[in-house]
Amino acid sequence: MDVIAQLLTAAVAEGTPLLLAALGCLLSERAGIINLGAEGMMLVGAVSASLVAAEGGSVPAAMICGILAGALLGLLHAFTCVTLRANQIVSGLAITLFGTGLSAYLGKPIAGTPLAGSIPVVNLSFLAPVPAIGPVFAHLDVLVWASIALAVLLQIYVDKTSWGLNLRALGDSPATADVMGIDVGRSRYAHVIVGSMLVGLAGAYLIFSVAPSWIEGMTAGRGWIAVALVIFARWNPVRALAGAYLFGGLDALGFRIQLMGTQTPSYFLKMMPYVLTVVVLMVLGLRSRRGAPHMPLSLGSAYVREERF
Amino acid sequence: MNGLAVSYSVEMNGIVKRFGRVLANDHATFAARPGEIHALLGENGAGKSTLMSILSGLYRPEAGEIRLYGRPVPLQSPKDASALGIGMVYQNFRLVPTLTAVENLVLGERGFRWLGRSWRREKEEEIGGLLDQFGLYFPADRPIWQLSLGEQQRVEIVKVLYRGADIIVLDEPTSVLTPREAADLFRALHQMKAAGKTVILTTHKLKEVMAWADRITVMRKGRTVRTMETRETDEKELARLMVGRDVMLAGAAPRTAPGEVLLRVRDVEVIGEHGRPALQGLNLEVRRGEIVGVAGVAGNGQRELAECLTGLRPWNRGTVEFEGESLSPRLSAKDMITRGIGHIPEDRMKTGLAGKLSVLDNLLLKSYRSRECSPCGLLFLRRWERRMEGLIHQFDVKTPSLHTAVQQLSGGNQQKLLFAREIEQHPHLLIAVHPAQGLDVGVTEAVYRILMDLRNEGTGILLISEDLDEVMHLSDRILMMCAGRIKGEFTRDRSDRETIGLLMAGVSPGEEAAV
Repeated sequence: MDVIAQLLTAAVAEGTPLLLAALGCLLSERAGIINLGAEGMMLVGAVSASLVAAEGGSVPAAMICGILAGALLGLLHAFTCVTLRANQIVSGLAITLFGTGLSAYLGKPIAGTPLAGSIPVVNLSFLAPVPAIGPVFAHLDVLVWASIALAVLLQIYVDKTSWGLNLRALGDSPATADVMGIDVGRSRYAHVIVGSMLVGLAGAYLIFSVAPSWIEGMTAGRGWIAVALVIFARWNPVRALAGAYLFGGLDALGFRIQLMGTQTPSYFLKMMPYVLTVVVLMVLGLRSRRGAPHMPLSLGSAYVREERF
Repeated sequence: MNGLAVSYSVEMNGIVKRFGRVLANDHATFAARPGEIHALLGENGAGKSTLMSILSGLYRPEAGEIRLYGRPVPLQSPKDASALGIGMVYQNFRLVPTLTAVENLVLGERGFRWLGRSWRREKEEEIGGLLDQFGLYFPADRPIWQLSLGEQQRVEIVKVLYRGADIIVLDEPTSVLTPREAADLFRALHQMKAAGKTVILTTHKLKEVMAWADRITVMRKGRTVRTMETRETDEKELARLMVGRDVMLAGAAPRTAPGEVLLRVRDVEVIGEHGRPALQGLNLEVRRGEIVGVAGVAGNGQRELAECLTGLRPWNRGTVEFEGESLSPRLSAKDMITRGIGHIPEDRMKTGLAGKLSVLDNLLLKSYRSRECSPCGLLFLRRWERRMEGLIHQFDVKTPSLHTAVQQLSGGNQQKLLFAREIEQHPHLLIAVHPAQGLDVGVTEAVYRILMDLRNEGTGILLISEDLDEVMHLSDRILMMCAGRIKGEFTRDRSDRETIGLLMAGVSPGEEAAV
């Protein structure tokens, strides 16, 4: 395998958890609820999966447990943001802090213990001879393919279905959605919880792909990169797909440069996802002066039906 | 239509609704029939919108009963109301700005649908039929934020019709429309009435009510005062019922001899928002103790004129003299305030008041810098409470307390608050833009009286308004503004409505006034 193929493989491997988490955040944000709890949800998802695996549970069981852990934290986030109408940013940050502490506590007994099991790989050996990209796609695991399909399906869901139309209305103008007979509360709950499940899954995936054992704080900021990725992708699932591999590739490149012994550029590359996100934000800001809105308009605000304007 | 004209489609009995300590509806009673245009008339804050929001399921009443076609119905949410055939067109449009008109119409439809191309074509045809039937047109495939307010309102109305509403409620429908658009709207409403629908609209505009409504219910302070046939009443009686006393619009006071020239604008040229000149060689003078009215169709440079004189927009040619001193075009708004130029802006909640701040904070917005108000940069609010209490009493601002957020006050009280703040500064010159826009008769009367008093005390007032009646009523001199220039000057005695009307329409009458 040549260097490019190696790098691409690493980009996909590193990008997949980012993509899953970003799609989760994207779902909840399209409904108008910011999810800054991603880092905490990923950690709790990861630790739940490792606990199941350490007890001898199968890989699917571990994954499902990670998903359920995400769902529980999502339920908490939806309860504070939708029912209690608390500040979404504060709630998200609290979930991240809570998740960091909880995962460290739960994972203490199994920290560093190697875990058995791996995610089944889809063998497309016939692709291997294709130059450059062939080796990359020949041996990807099931979740990589599933996450790619999910990005495309979400895009179709948002753009082409009546449910997606309702979701767009919900994110841009919950008052209108309410008047049009959409249950704002229920729909926001659903999207936040399903979104958080994906973030939990992203955490569980880390256990079986990146590191084969639980280590405290093992997400290493991936949840935050996912939050940035949603903005980078301008709340668009397919763009998030491309962005995830770009950010994943930058990370892989940083790692490789570090191996070659030079320190500074690797930190520079680690910083790149955030720099790129800021650049995208600046470009959007300049563009929005011409009038077109570029993000879910109600993002971050609770909806109160009887509020007087 | 069946022949039973007496049967009511909507009956609301003994409705009570409170917002905090404010009683918005106090045992209000209302009934409307199919096939009529029923106007719910009242001042701002009389509780019309609240009553209609209860009918549309948005607010839940604390007491009272609602019947549709004689049957009591529980209205728990907008969804229930919509299912029962009630459609509401809100004053603040309920449209998703990023979606197209068609997408807005189908929003919330039950079940899963694939929104492909054939679906789109089918919907556009279906909606096209409705548009033709009622004569309401708008571009169906552009996002809402690109449409004009009139078009957005038509989308709202069609949305309600599309959902099969038989009872159509419009909250202040004409407040955002030009007179022409308003006439189109009423023609469409007439069509709906002819189709047997119940059309209910809330308004405070007497002229519209007299011209278009079949029956009228007047509301005052949360109560429904009386319901009557339009042909059995007149504007004067309606105004009295709305306000609760006879209305006398100030303005007939004799003109005092104006003093020396206060403001002299010479050959001023200003570049507008879109990079084109908005004022092109504008000349005008304002003397102490006179009201100079600037009439004209909106968009002819009125906004830019007001912005220049209040330091919000620089001019690039010409001179502005104020109290004998030539002003630099780069002066800031703060400079203009300290020189004694007051400003009643066009959009009071956008540039006049800070909605989330309290009444007290808003009153201090222009004086907080003074040494008297904030010694050593520290604001001693306590000290100002009593004085400001007196001020809001003097200007009759109705507010639960000095610490209430301004956005919770009614439009009329907001405007009075704005006047209180500006006049507390003792301005030498006041720039008032549409000072009575969106206000009901009672508050308009108060605003006119404030302006007349101010003039009599020697303040110069530049009144910029689209409402020709208002300009004719208040001004000592009337200037016609067109395409960034003053096109003619009239004194109140000489002024002739028709001449001004023709000038506004861009026609030069025979005796053109010298510029």
